Amino acid sequence: MAKGIRGGEASRGWLFISPALIIIGLFLVLPILLALWVSFSDWNGLGSPLSGNTSFVGTKNYEKLLVDPGLSQRDFGTSIRNNFYYVILVVPLQTALALFLAVQVNRRILKARGFFRTAFYFPSVTSSIAITGIFIFLFSASGAINALLGWLGINGPNWLADPSGVIHNFLKLFGVNSAPAPLAAAGPLGISWWEWLAGPSVAMCMLITLAIFTTSGTFMLIFLAGLQSIGSEIDEAALMDGTGPFRKFFSITLPMLKPTLFTVITLGLIGTWQLFDQIYLTGGGAPGKTLLTPAYLSYQTSFKGLNWGEGAAMAFLLFLLIVALTLLQRYVLRDRRKGDRLDKTMRREIATQAELAKGKSI
Amino acid sequence: MTKLRASAIASYLMLVILALIYIYPFLLSLAGSVKTDADATNNPLSLLPQTWSFAAYERLFTQVPLPLWAMNSMIVAVIVTLGRVFLDSLAGYALSRLQFRGRNAVFAGLIAVMAVPNVVLLIPRFLMIKELGIYNTYAGMIIPLLVDAAGIFIMKQFFESIPVSIEEAARIDGAGIFRTFWRIVLPMARPALVTLFILSFQGSWNEFAHFIISRQSTDLNTLTTGVASLFSGQLGSGNQFPLKLAAAVLMTVPVAVLFFIFQRKIMSTTEGAEKG
Repeated sequence: MAKGIRGGEASRGWLFISPALIIIGLFLVLPILLALWVSFSDWNGLGSPLSGNTSFVGTKNYEKLLVDPGLSQRDFGTSIRNNFYYVILVVPLQTALALFLAVQVNRRILKARGFFRTAFYFPSVTSSIAITGIFIFLFSASGAINALLGWLGINGPNWLADPSGVIHNFLKLFGVNSAPAPLAAAGPLGISWWEWLAGPSVAMCMLITLAIFTTSGTFMLIFLAGLQSIGSEIDEAALMDGTGPFRKFFSITLPMLKPTLFTVITLGLIGTWQLFDQIYLTGGGAPGKTLLTPAYLSYQTSFKGLNWGEGAAMAFLLFLLIVALTLLQRYVLRDRRKGDRLDKTMRREIATQAELAKGKSI
Repeated sequence: MTKLRASAIASYLMLVILALIYIYPFLLSLAGSVKTDADATNNPLSLLPQTWSFAAYERLFTQVPLPLWAMNSMIVAVIVTLGRVFLDSLAGYALSRLQFRGRNAVFAGLIAVMAVPNVVLLIPRFLMIKELGIYNTYAGMIIPLLVDAAGIFIMKQFFESIPVSIEEAARIDGAGIFRTFWRIVLPMARPALVTLFILSFQGSWNEFAHFIISRQSTDLNTLTTGVASLFSGQLGSGNQFPLKLAAAVLMTVPVAVLFFIFQRKIMSTTEGAEKG
């Protein structure tokens, strides 16, 4: 290559990338360092955390959340419990539903495939605020869901006002109304084992349904791309061999979709730990704190409770958790990049990752 | 053959029911927004109002500052979208085509940054915005969103997929680097730019958490924060579902329009591969 063409590339290169670097540095890297300092300080929200009034308190804020018994620790523990139940229910259900939808709308003979794909994807396009608002309406005491349950002869709960855990409610059917002795003891993070085993509250069930409803479409598209990269030859081969559809799905399609499946599960794990918008809209953790999540609690502790150090510490603990899950995802994605060919599947995945990373918490 | 037909009908029926479950909530909201308060509460499943009432929409435009919220949302979304499309492609181009020392380090840094979830950034960003004195301003709401690492990544990957020979020809003809980028490369990158445009507009229009921490003034409410304040009950008594649903419907319109315009593009993962 002629040297002349490459002339000035170094300076232009830096010039082209500098706006991005400045904004990312100023609003991502530096803020994280600033918040890291705040998480080790006693800043009370007045003035600048960098001023002389703020002092270093070591790991006190982290201790309050992880070791010291008290309200802070109990709230943090409760938020982890709530979000944990949300994650272990949403991730498998949305993944299974998305895969099911993808397989259905991928069928060659299906008429109006476009219509079905659009219908299933549309909820993913709407804002979390609009769709949560719609769900509050649907799940209100005399709302559409309870009207439907009424047809089936079921007296629906007052969803958003019901803090009772579903596992507790289930045990009540067998006359277990309070903690059996071994479970009454205090468990991790200041919460008794009995409380840890409460299950998601009835109110949380609404948010679980909402998450499955809004994200299954996004993940359906990822699965569709995956299915298409498998190609139709295998289908035909399977057909020739006389393999039944169920057998074909479980012994041919599913194993080949493994990389996509891993991606969807990891994206789901990362996204579900970021539940914030929906909590804000449904009353900030109400009822009975059973909707508190670490993301919302960290906001509340800082902005409402003015315990900035504690709130920041919580954000970093959540960060560590999500980074661990992201590293898992990276590992999975790296595996796929082997061919060094950025196909549409990959691009879709990056786009989805971007979407999820950008706070469209699911 | 009849067995096949029966199973085909059964699977269509199932898909139609599923599609109905996905669409019905939106139809119900649309219907609910033109009902009276009592009608919306008493007939939650009906798609037809007993009496048509546009009171909710009227109130949104007279008693609720919805037009102001919409304007703020539009200002933020348009600037953020333009900023991202331009700055992300500039950076993506530098990372894919221009040789400079430290390029790999910058790219590695971006990949690391992509891992930081937005929800974790709420407190850090608030601190920085305060520190810079741009809290409660458009600047504080817009500038932090102007660039996104994922967008840079998308552009970089796209530039790497187009042949370098055309640019080289332009450069040999004496065109400068920026001119080559602007006149030759960007027009070729149209598909990626459209993807970035859709993602950015949808992302910034639907953004909520960042506008919670970067402003306090009600004059700077966007549709998301404004409608959220409606739901947290700052409008007096009663559940007022028609009003809330009307707001939810209106704020969905722009992204819905965008979605239907670019539907083919958004769903394209599926179509292209099938022709072969």
